[in-house]
Amino acid sequence: MTALYRKRLFVNRMNLVMSLGTMSFGMAFLLWILWVLFAKGFGALSPTLFTQMTPPPGSAGGLANAIYGSVLIVLVATFISTPIGILAGIYLAEYGKEGWVARLTRFINDILLSAPSIVIGLFVYTVYVMQVGHFSGWAGSFALALIAIPVVVRTTENMLHLVPASLREAAVALGAPMWKVILMVTLKAVRGGVITGILLAVARMSGETAPLLFTALNNQFWSADMNAPMANLPVVIFQFAMSPFEDWKSLAWAAALLITLTVLVINVLARTVFRQPAVR
Amino acid sequence: MSTATATMPDAMIAPTEPLAQREPTPPAAHRGAPPWQDWLFERLTMAFALLVLFALVGILAALAWAAVPAFEKFGLGFFFNDVWDPVRMNFGALAPIYGTLVTSAIALLIGVPVSFGIALFLTEMCPAILKRPLGMAVELLAAIPSIIYGMWGLFVFAPVFGDYVQPLLTRIFGELWVLGPLFQGAPNGIGILSAGVILSIMVIPFIASVMRDVFEIVPPVLKESAYGIGATTWEVVWNVVLPYTRVGVIGGIMLGLGRALGETMAVTFVIGNAYRISASLFEPGNSIASALANEFNEAAEPVHRASLIALGLVLFLLTFIVLACSRLLLVQLAKGEGRKT
Repeated sequence: MTALYRKRLFVNRMNLVMSLGTMSFGMAFLLWILWVLFAKGFGALSPTLFTQMTPPPGSAGGLANAIYGSVLIVLVATFISTPIGILAGIYLAEYGKEGWVARLTRFINDILLSAPSIVIGLFVYTVYVMQVGHFSGWAGSFALALIAIPVVVRTTENMLHLVPASLREAAVALGAPMWKVILMVTLKAVRGGVITGILLAVARMSGETAPLLFTALNNQFWSADMNAPMANLPVVIFQFAMSPFEDWKSLAWAAALLITLTVLVINVLARTVFRQPAVR
Repeated sequence: MSTATATMPDAMIAPTEPLAQREPTPPAAHRGAPPWQDWLFERLTMAFALLVLFALVGILAALAWAAVPAFEKFGLGFFFNDVWDPVRMNFGALAPIYGTLVTSAIALLIGVPVSFGIALFLTEMCPAILKRPLGMAVELLAAIPSIIYGMWGLFVFAPVFGDYVQPLLTRIFGELWVLGPLFQGAPNGIGILSAGVILSIMVIPFIASVMRDVFEIVPPVLKESAYGIGATTWEVVWNVVLPYTRVGVIGGIMLGLGRALGETMAVTFVIGNAYRISASLFEPGNSIASALANEFNEAAEPVHRASLIALGLVLFLLTFIVLACSRLLLVQLAKGEGRKT
């Protein structure tokens, strides 16, 4: 046990303890946030949340219109982004491969994956809201779809790369044209992984606030018109949490709990149930 | 007999040569002109891939076009003007740019070492059975919506931060000659520093999961040889794993930076919404994203609106450069992966 040896052991132990500390630091914040959310959100949960509209300042109410609006906007965005994302992913994995179009698209896609969502909202505002002259649910869906597409493209491409070549060869040997091979064999083989990608995209969209601020805006009343401003949970949270009214604040906490539960459940589902051990 | 054995190997090698590198090609009947459905399907997928490509060009073009009135009025001075005055219609981007850069810098200053510790824990210390659940827990930090961080930051974190942490920081650093002014001022929990700290928690999952992934591609033989000559776990990580994955680690940090620059809602709640460049980190400020979230819908004047869109353009270009660097670095690492060193 020389002094040098003892020093090395000491440095090692110090740093490993610090590493354990950082892990606990991260977990502490996760638990802190979740705990606060449950403590404040559960108190505000009640059946009227789902039956009444968002109230004017100072009176009780619910979130029915916001919940409906959120679900509708995210649903439409999912229907727009899924086919686009999957087809673009197929091009990258099956046709484009290492050509310059595919390489450039891959690069751009990865950048869009982390692009600031508020800028996406600003973009939809300038090309859609400004042109038609009013905020609308459609604009909100377009903005969210733009955020979801890169997620779906990336997971679809990654998943298709996992399909063994022999599977494609077998289908081609039976005389199937490429498009049938891709849609009915390769894509089907990685169905679970692609669904995971879509679910993760839905989870990401459900919590996004910034892009909806300039597109769907908000609506105090029940509205099923996608062509008009539409209430949605994230923007309601933003408005209500920043307000001085206690009723609004407690509704904001309830909405926050609803969103977070949805997002976390989708995330855990996607990562556990639909994970494909077979192709991994 | 002898000729047969002599030709056999050749005959067996010849057809396997192209096999090794061939792609699943369609059978002879389909080669040449593909059936029209195939042609259509390929074009269709390509069109959607190009759509992604044009989305980026479209974003840049649309924002640049909508920002024109601001640049016409203020010119290049827009970037060096620290006044933001909607009443006198005088707008400059300096204060929000400063806020964006400083909050992101604080986020990296705290986030990078913590992420490194978490990646180290997950790859070297964690019992195998806990690896997946803990890895997932870290990723859940990224799944929590930004606005939840904002609410928690404003109502829970900021009071605690202002009551306990900020006075402590003032006591420790307040008297130092360069750092001192950064940590003086009213400890009310709202401001640049709080925004930076919350951002750091939000970027940790992104940086940590990239670091974990690149740490795991280090060939075991490298680590084993270091352990074999008696290195400690820390020495292996610091002297073998980290140099080997340097490029990927920097790529991960850039990814986190890209995220931090554009983060909106969490920052909006705690930064204090003030167009100011103050010496103290305790003072309220504004980032580009929070300025947009706070003001855009109230901006009625075309110049005001165009100035905000110009801010958005600056933010997009900034994140684009950072994320592009991140991608290039990570791709470079992936290329070297196959090479045994």
